[in-house]
Amino acid sequence: MLTLETIFGERIGSVFRGWTNKIHEINKKYETPRIKMSRGVKIALMFLRIYLILLVLLLGYKFWTLLK
Amino acid sequence: MDFGSTFFYKYRRFIKTLKIYLFLAGPGLIVMLADNDAGGITTYTVTGARYGYGLIWFLLLLLPVAYIVQEMTVRLGAVTKRGHAEAIFDAFGSFWGWFSFIDLALVNWLTLVTEFIGMTAALAIFHISPVVTVVIVSIVMMLMVLQGKYWTWEKIAILFAALNVIYIPAAFLVHPSVGEVLSVGLIPHFPGGFNGTLFFFLMANIGTTIAPWMIFFQQSAVVDKGMKEKDIPWGQMDTLIGSAFTVLVAIFLVVVTGTVLYGVEIESAAQAASMMMTTSPWLGTCIAIGLFNAGFLGAICISLASSWAFGEVFGWAHSLNMKVREAPWFYACYLFALVTAGGVVLLPNAPLILITLFVQVIAVTLLPATLVFLILLLNNEEIMGKYRNTTLQNIAGTVIVVAIIVLSTLYGITTLFPEWLM
Repeated sequence: MLTLETIFGERIGSVFRGWTNKIHEINKKYETPRIKMSRGVKIALMFLRIYLILLVLLLGYKFWTLLK
Repeated sequence: MDFGSTFFYKYRRFIKTLKIYLFLAGPGLIVMLADNDAGGITTYTVTGARYGYGLIWFLLLLLPVAYIVQEMTVRLGAVTKRGHAEAIFDAFGSFWGWFSFIDLALVNWLTLVTEFIGMTAALAIFHISPVVTVVIVSIVMMLMVLQGKYWTWEKIAILFAALNVIYIPAAFLVHPSVGEVLSVGLIPHFPGGFNGTLFFFLMANIGTTIAPWMIFFQQSAVVDKGMKEKDIPWGQMDTLIGSAFTVLVAIFLVVVTGTVLYGVEIESAAQAASMMMTTSPWLGTCIAIGLFNAGFLGAICISLASSWAFGEVFGWAHSLNMKVREAPWFYACYLFALVTAGGVVLLPNAPLILITLFVQVIAVTLLPATLVFLILLLNNEEIMGKYRNTTLQNIAGTVIVVAIIVLSTLYGITTLFPEWLM
């Protein structure tokens, strides 16, 4: 099986393993948002998602025009 | 009680209040004066040179904007005892937590590079090489944090922040017409009519007033200082005084360049300082020292904001009250940010102009999220209890947040596509 240790070697692989474990631990710790997902909160978060998608599209468009 | 006794009583009371304030002053004053960082100083310098005193009224409007946003971080930090990065993870889950954290780390690092650009450009006027500037600044910044006490760091930072007011005596050196400053500056109008360029300048001035790092920095500083709910009024006063100073400094700088360089095409504060050195060495020196100090103050706050955020998210010890052996990762992050950002400035042919533009665009991706989270957190009764936003605070906060989001987004887009503005 392909593991971080087989790709990067024992020493560096274990360092990466430590990091990924830490990230998993953080993700688990904050799995459930503490804030109550009221209608207002949901709308605000939806707005942020749409806003960020639009920004990413604009950045992509800029990159595309630069390449062109 | 006779007049003498009343006066003495009031005097003693004032001195006592001042002593308590000086003891508790810190995060608000530092963050607001650091708000006038190298990028901010450049914006105000160019604004003054282009529009003279014509936009002073607009700078005054930024005082309540800065205060209302930053005041919320005081309450949030004092009540939750958590930094902003940790608060976002906890309240909104890991997706928004990682988004904010990674974006903050990136935008802070890029902004740190721009602070080093400002500092090296300022000291280059005195023929100090960029290598010497970067090395000495990095050493001083490391020494400031390594002494192991938040309180000591804060008081040293306040001393540096005090140097930010150098633009006030500088304004007296240029002998502006007070009547003209008041008549032109205080009456709201759009000099030369409302057009694309003026709109860009208005957006740039707003963009420098609220930056994501300021919110993360002040909240973490409030926590590291150990401020409690009872200290909130002092924190609010500290932020208000800081906001007043930041706007005052900006206005005096606009007065300087509006008097001396009005109508001259300039692109940066360093260029303005060089030009002034030829006609008035004292004035040029003031502008250059101010620019260096602005970059330095920005750098100390930004690198700390990042280190605190790393510590909060990864659960490492993260306090200026800890020694290096107690919080090694916290200090390692701080050192890493300094060395890499300073190193980039020293690289030959580094794309520094591109980095400066990129900062504005990346900041736009983070600022709306940070502000929206701030308002949502401040409205949560479970988290904030009796310290949550009142209706009035919500109306003011929401109006300001929406305005900042719209204008900073337009600013970012115009930076990406300047041809759309024309």
